[in-house]
Amino acid sequence: MGEFKVHRVRFFNYVPSGIRCVAYNNQTNRLAVSRTDGTVEIYNLSANYFQEKFFPGHESRATEALCWANGQRLFSAGLNGEIIEYDLQALNIKYAVDAFGGPIWSMAASPNGSQLLVGCEDGSVKLFQITPDKIQFERNFDRQKSRILSLSWHPAGTHIAAGSIDYISVFDVKSGSAIHKMLVDRQYMGVSKRKCIIWGVAFLSDGTVISVDSAGKVQFWDSATGTLVKNHLIANTDVQSIAISDQEDSFVVGTAEGTVFHFQLVSVTSNSSEKQWVRTKPFQHHTHDVRAVAHSPIALISGGTDTHLVIRPLMEKVEVKNYDAALRKITFPHRRLVSCAKKKQLLLFQFAHHLELWRLGSTVATGKNGDTLPLSKNADHLLHLKTKGPENIICSCISPCGSWIAYSTASRFFLYRLNYEHDNINLQRVSKMPAFLRSALQILFSEDSTKLFVASNQGSVHVIRLLEGSFKHLHTFQPQSGTVESMCLLAVSPDGNWLAASGTSAGVHVYNVKQLKLHCTVPAYNFPVTALAIAPNTNNLVIAHSDQQVFEYSIPDKQYTQWSRTIQKQGFHHLWLQRDTPITHISFHPKRPMHILLHDAYMFCIIDKSLPLPNDKTLLYNPLPPTNESDIIRRRTAHAFKISKKYKPLLFMDLLDERTLVAVERPLDDIIAQLPPPIKKKKFGT
Amino acid sequence: MVEEESLRVVRCGGSELNFRRAVFSADSKYVFCVSGDFIKVYSTATEECVHILQGHRNLVTGIQLNPKNHLQLYSCSFDGMIKLWDYTDGILIKTFIVGCKLHALFTLDCAEDSVFVTINKEKPDVFQLVSVKLPKSSSQEVEAKELSFVLDYINQSPKCIAFGNEGEYVAAVRDFYLSVYFFKKKTTSRFTLSSSRNKKHAKNNFTCVACHPKEDCIATGHRDGKIRLWRNFDDEKKYTYTCLHWHHDLVMDLAFSVTGSSLLSGGRESVLVEWREAAEKNKEFLPRLGATIEHISVSPAGDLFCTSHSDNKMIIIHRNLEASAVIQGLVKDRNIFTGLMIDPRTKALVLNGKPGHLQFYSLQSDKQLYNLDIIQQEYINDYGLIQIELTKAAFGCYGNWLATVEQRQEKETELELQMKLWTYNKKTQGFVLNTKVNMPHEDHITALCFCNAEKSENPTLVTTSKDGHFKVWILTDDSDIYKKAVGWTCDFVGSYHKYQATNCCFSEDGSLLAVSFEEVVTIWDSETWELKCTFCQRAGKIRQLCFGRLTCSKYLLGATENGILCCWNLLSCALEWSAKLNVRVMEPDPNSENIAAISQSSMGSDLFVFRPSEPRPLYIQKNISREEVQWGVFVPRDVPESFTSEAYQWLNRSQFYFLTKSQSLLTFSTQSPEEKLTPTSKQLLHTPAHVLPSASFLCSMFVNSLLLSKETKSAEEIPDDVSMEEEKESVDSDEENNFTEEVQDTNNTDLGKDIIHQLSKSEEKELRKFRKVDYSWITAL
Repeated sequence: MGEFKVHRVRFFNYVPSGIRCVAYNNQTNRLAVSRTDGTVEIYNLSANYFQEKFFPGHESRATEALCWANGQRLFSAGLNGEIIEYDLQALNIKYAVDAFGGPIWSMAASPNGSQLLVGCEDGSVKLFQITPDKIQFERNFDRQKSRILSLSWHPAGTHIAAGSIDYISVFDVKSGSAIHKMLVDRQYMGVSKRKCIIWGVAFLSDGTVISVDSAGKVQFWDSATGTLVKNHLIANTDVQSIAISDQEDSFVVGTAEGTVFHFQLVSVTSNSSEKQWVRTKPFQHHTHDVRAVAHSPIALISGGTDTHLVIRPLMEKVEVKNYDAALRKITFPHRRLVSCAKKKQLLLFQFAHHLELWRLGSTVATGKNGDTLPLSKNADHLLHLKTKGPENIICSCISPCGSWIAYSTASRFFLYRLNYEHDNINLQRVSKMPAFLRSALQILFSEDSTKLFVASNQGSVHVIRLLEGSFKHLHTFQPQSGTVESMCLLAVSPDGNWLAASGTSAGVHVYNVKQLKLHCTVPAYNFPVTALAIAPNTNNLVIAHSDQQVFEYSIPDKQYTQWSRTIQKQGFHHLWLQRDTPITHISFHPKRPMHILLHDAYMFCIIDKSLPLPNDKTLLYNPLPPTNESDIIRRRTAHAFKISKKYKPLLFMDLLDERTLVAVERPLDDIIAQLPPPIKKKKFGT
Repeated sequence: MVEEESLRVVRCGGSELNFRRAVFSADSKYVFCVSGDFIKVYSTATEECVHILQGHRNLVTGIQLNPKNHLQLYSCSFDGMIKLWDYTDGILIKTFIVGCKLHALFTLDCAEDSVFVTINKEKPDVFQLVSVKLPKSSSQEVEAKELSFVLDYINQSPKCIAFGNEGEYVAAVRDFYLSVYFFKKKTTSRFTLSSSRNKKHAKNNFTCVACHPKEDCIATGHRDGKIRLWRNFDDEKKYTYTCLHWHHDLVMDLAFSVTGSSLLSGGRESVLVEWREAAEKNKEFLPRLGATIEHISVSPAGDLFCTSHSDNKMIIIHRNLEASAVIQGLVKDRNIFTGLMIDPRTKALVLNGKPGHLQFYSLQSDKQLYNLDIIQQEYINDYGLIQIELTKAAFGCYGNWLATVEQRQEKETELELQMKLWTYNKKTQGFVLNTKVNMPHEDHITALCFCNAEKSENPTLVTTSKDGHFKVWILTDDSDIYKKAVGWTCDFVGSYHKYQATNCCFSEDGSLLAVSFEEVVTIWDSETWELKCTFCQRAGKIRQLCFGRLTCSKYLLGATENGILCCWNLLSCALEWSAKLNVRVMEPDPNSENIAAISQSSMGSDLFVFRPSEPRPLYIQKNISREEVQWGVFVPRDVPESFTSEAYQWLNRSQFYFLTKSQSLLTFSTQSPEEKLTPTSKQLLHTPAHVLPSASFLCSMFVNSLLLSKETKSAEEIPDDVSMEEEKESVDSDEENNFTEEVQDTNNTDLGKDIIHQLSKSEEKELRKFRKVDYSWITAL
C-alpha cells in the first residue's frame, strides 16, 4: 500500500443546515427533504439511500411545507407566500405562484393528486387545482382566526382537518365550510400555557383525527362528533410532527426533545376484533428538535435541527435480516464540496453562500510511520469569496494550476482568475460570460488548466478554452435526442482527450474532446453513478455506483476491462457492499497504474488490481500489517482492498503528489458544537 | 406435663414474610403470606395475625386462593406437598402428595382440577412449569402424580411466570428471553432482547413479568430499571413493545390492577410507582416505604395493594396510594453487630434493625414492637457508600439505661466514633438521648458492659477499646442554674501494658471487673479501680469472657481464639479447669448457674451446656446448625417449663435463642414453638361469640383485673408443678397477660367472678407468705 504523508485537514468549517420538511413518495420510493436554507434534496431509497438530486436553496425561500402530488410532481411552499413546483428532470424551479394569503405554513395534496391545499398565515385555507403544467387557484375555505399550521385530507377526499392555534377545524371539501371546531386543552401537566399550537394533524379513513401539539400531547378525535376520544401525553415539550402509514396501522411522531415515538394499532386481545392505538417504541436518534417525520412502508424517517436524516427500518416489516434492516444516519451531502489544486497545494471549500481558499501547511520534520509531524508553516486562509445575491452555490471548482476558480448559482455563472504575487492574491472576475452559461450543475477543469467543462441543467456539456484572462467557447455536447436529463458528474482524462459525463440515472457518456464528438456510451446500470474518474495512460474509466459496485471501462476498447469482469464474476465482499455512504471521489496514483484510490465518508481505500480479490471468508478490514512481518504471511493475507478507517467523517481525500495525501475531515462533534443548544432534560426528572 | 421428646432445633418466629408475594382473600379482609414452614393469615384492618396454618414440613414456597372456593387456600412447599386449607378456621382440608420439591404454585380459574407448579429436574438450574392434576378423593391424603409438562428452562422465582387473558397463555422470562406458551394453540413464542448479543455489558435481563387482566399485554421488568409492555406477541414477527422508564435500578416486581387500568412497579428506590393507562407521563408515586420493594400484590376486589419489603415488612396500601397498615417481622437484611440482647422491661429481643436503628422484637407475638432510631440521620441507599454502623449496644440498670456505639470508617486513619447513652423516660415510655460522647476512645470499641449489681447506687459503664484502654463511665450530676440534669462522665481510664482491651465483664455482685487484654485477663476492684490480679494462660487472645453466677460466682470463664476454654477460681486465683473447645458464643443464663457455649467445627456448630463448678457438661447437642452461629442469648421464660429429664433441665427457666450467619433465629424445643407463641388473647378472639359470656360480664372482670393487679397476682393459673422461684418470676409479668389467662380460665370453667375472687384472696395470703420466706433470696438474685 505504501506510506504517505497525510495532510489532515480539519479547518473546513462546514455545518449542514437543519431539516425542515420530509416528504415520502410511495410510488417512486423517493424521499424529498427540505432544509432550513431552502435546499431541497431528493433521496432514492431504492438506490441505497443515495441523494440523487438537489435544488439549491435561496435566502428568501424558507420552506415550510413539501409534498408530492400525482406521484411525480413535487411542490413546496414557504414563508414568502409562494407555492413552488420543481422540475425533477432539469433540476430547477418550474414556476412559483403566490397564494396571496401571507406566509404559507402548511400544504397537502389531495389523495387523488388533483388538488392542492395550502394553509396561510391569515387563517385561510386555499384550494388549488393541479393542471398538467401549472396550478390554478380554485377557492377559499371558511377563514379561521389564526394561522393554519397543519392540514390533512381524509383519504376519501371529502373532508379535511386543519390544525390551528388552540383548535382543530374539520372542513367539508364540497361546501368549504367548517363543520367542527375541536378545542384543544391548553393545560400542560397542570400548568396552563398561553397557547397550544397544533403542529400536525392526520385524518384516518374511519374519521379519526390525530393531532400533535405544543403541550406534548397526541390526541385522537372523532371527526363525526367533534369529540376527544383518547389522549396520550408523551413529552414535556412540543410534539412537532406526525406521519401515518398508508395502511393506517401505525404512525410516528417527533418531539422537540429529539425523541421519535412509534404508535401502532394492535388488537386488544388475540381473539377479538377490537383494536387500540398503543405507543410502542421510542427512538432517540436525534439530539435536537425532530421537525419532520415520514413513514415509508418499511421504515420510519425523521429529520430535524441536528441536520441528520435518520432512517429507522421497522424490524417486523423487513423480510430478511440484511443490511436494509440497519439504522441509517445521513449527515453529509453525497457530493463533493472540496476541490483541490494539487500543484499549488490549495483547497477550495464550498459553503452555502461563500467559498474559502486555503493553502495547506507544510513541515520539514520527518518521522516514523504513524507519527504526527509538527508544522513548520501553518495553513493559510487565502481567500473568502462571498456570492452576490440570495442564491446558494450549486457547485465550484479550482483549476489544477490554482489560477482559476469557477462557481455557479441557480441563475449565474462566475469565473475568476487568480494571480499570485508572493503572499498577495489578486482576484479578477472574468466578465462577459456567454448567455448560455447561466447555471451549472458541475464544473471541471482539464488537468493542464486550459479547458473548462461545464455541465448545464439543460443536459448539455459546454467546453470552453481558457486563455490568459479571457476564454473561448469551443463546443457544446448536446444531449441525446429526446432526453432532457441533466448531467451532474464529469470526469476528464489526464491527457485531456476524453471527457466522461453522467446524468442522474442514464448511463455514462464518453466524449472525444479532440474530435468534439460522442465516443461511446457505457451500458446503463440500475443504480445512479456516485463518482467517475479516468485513469492516466490506460484511459480506463472507473465508475462507482450507489449500490457500491465499482466498474472499470476501457474507453479505447469500448468495453469493460478484464479486471472489472473478474470482480463482477466473483462479486464484491459482503462488507464492502454493506457500507453506508457512497463513494464520492476516485483518483489514481501517477506512478502505480494498478492502484485505484477511492473514499466514502467513513473509509479510504486503495484497490490494488494486481492482488487477488477477497472472498467473503477473508477479513476485509484488515489492519495494516506491521512492517517487520515476514513477506510470506503478508502475501498470504493480502488482498486487493486496502482499507483505512483512520480518517472519518471524510469529506475529501486526494493525492497531492506521489507521497502526499490530503484528507479533509469534519468531526461530528464540531458540527454539534455549532448547533443551538438542545432542550435540557433532567436525568432523573419526574 | 411435657412429653420428654427429643430436643430439636426449631426455627422460631422471625422468619421471612417477604419470601413470596402476599395473597389477599377475596373480600380483602385477610392477607396471607408464607413464613418459613407456616402460612400466616393477617387481618388487613388490624395488622394482627389471625391464624398460623401449620402442617408443611419444609419451607412453604407458594400460596394461591382456590379459584373454585374463595374460602380455601392452596399452598405448596419444598416437602413436595400441596395442601388445601380452610383459612377462616385455620383447618387443613386436604393434602396432595406430589413427591418432588415444589418451587412455586399457580392456579387458574379455568383449569379444571389442576394447578401449576414449578419443579426442578435433574440439573440444579433447570426448572420446569408443570400442571398437576389434583385427583378427586374423599381421603385426607391423596397422591397427585399426574404431571403434564408446560414450559421448560424457566426461572425459579414465581415472579418470572404469569398467566394472562384468563389462562389463554403463560408468559415466562429468564435471562434475556421472554417465552409465551399458548394453551389452545400449544405453541411457544420466544422473544430475545436485541442487546443480549453482547452479554458483557447488557443490563436488560428480565427480572419479573405480569400479564394484563383484560388485554393481550405482557409487562416485563428489567435489570436496567426499564419496564417493557409487549403486545402482538402471538406473532413472533409482528410483536411490538413499549418502554416505561423511571426506576434507576432493577425492577423488583410488577402487578396490574384488577381492571388493568394501572400498572404497579417497585424496586430498590423504595417507591411504589403507579403507571396509569400504561403511559410514561401519567404516573403516581408512593415514596419513602423504608426498604426495597420485593413483591407487589393486588387484592381481587381491587381496593388494596400489598408490598413486601426487604426489611421483612408488608405494607397494606389503599387504592388511592395511602399506606394503611404495616406488618413488620424481624428485620434481617443487615449484619448484626450488636448481638442479641433482652430488653429487661419488655422482654423483647433487641438487635440491629433497619440501618441505624435498634429493633425491639417480641418473641412471643413474632412481631416487631418498635424501632429506636440511634443514628438519627437520613439513610442514603446506594452501593459503595460507607454508612455509619451501629456496632455495640447494652442495657443497664434494669432497662433504665441504654448505651450505644456507632462508628464509620472511610479510611484506615479516619475513624468516626460516637457513644450515646439513652435513659428510659417513663412518661413517654421510650428511650431519650441523655449523653453523647464523641470519640470516647481513640480506636474501635470492642466491648461495653453495665454494672448490673443491685446494690450499686451509681450506674457504671465500662468500655474497652483497641487503643489499649478501658474507660469507666459514671452518672454524675450535670445540673446548672437552668435545670436539674444528670450526665455521664469518664471516671477512670485503665490499661495494661499497652495491650488492646478486648472484653469486659462485671461480676454478678458488681464488686469485680474483669477486662481481657489480648491474652491476659485482669481483675479490677470496682470500688477503688485497683488491679487485683491477672490471669494468663498463653492460649491465644481472649474471645469471650464471663463470670459465673449464683453458686458459681467465684468462677471466671474465658474462651480463647486458639480453642481453649478456661475456668479460673477467683478465690484461689488459679486455673480450675480448662477444656479444648473452639467457642464461638458463650452466654450465661441469668436465672441459673448454667452457661451455654457454642463451638464451631468443620462439621457444624455444637452446643455445650455446663456449670463452671464442674468441667463435665450438663448437655451436649451436636450439629445444631450447619452454618456458623454468630450470637446467642438466654431468654427468661414467662411460664417455666418442667423438664424432669436431667439433660433438659437447663431449659426450665430460660429458653436459649441463637442466630446463625444467614440470620435465621433458632431455638430448642421439644414441641413446635409456634404453638406456645400463640398469644392467649387470640384464643379469646377465636372462641365463637355464642359461647362467650356477655360483654358486660367480661368488661367488669377486665376492670377488676386492672384494679387489683398486685394483689390478685394469682398462682392458680400457673400449673401445679411450678416451683417457687418461677412464681417470683411471674411477678414481673404484666397485667395483660394475667388478664387473658384469667379470661381463658373463665372460658374453660364457665364460672363466675366469685371463684376468682375467692381464689385470689387465698392466693394473696400465700403470696405474702412467700414474700416473707424468700425475700432474702430475691435480693441475692
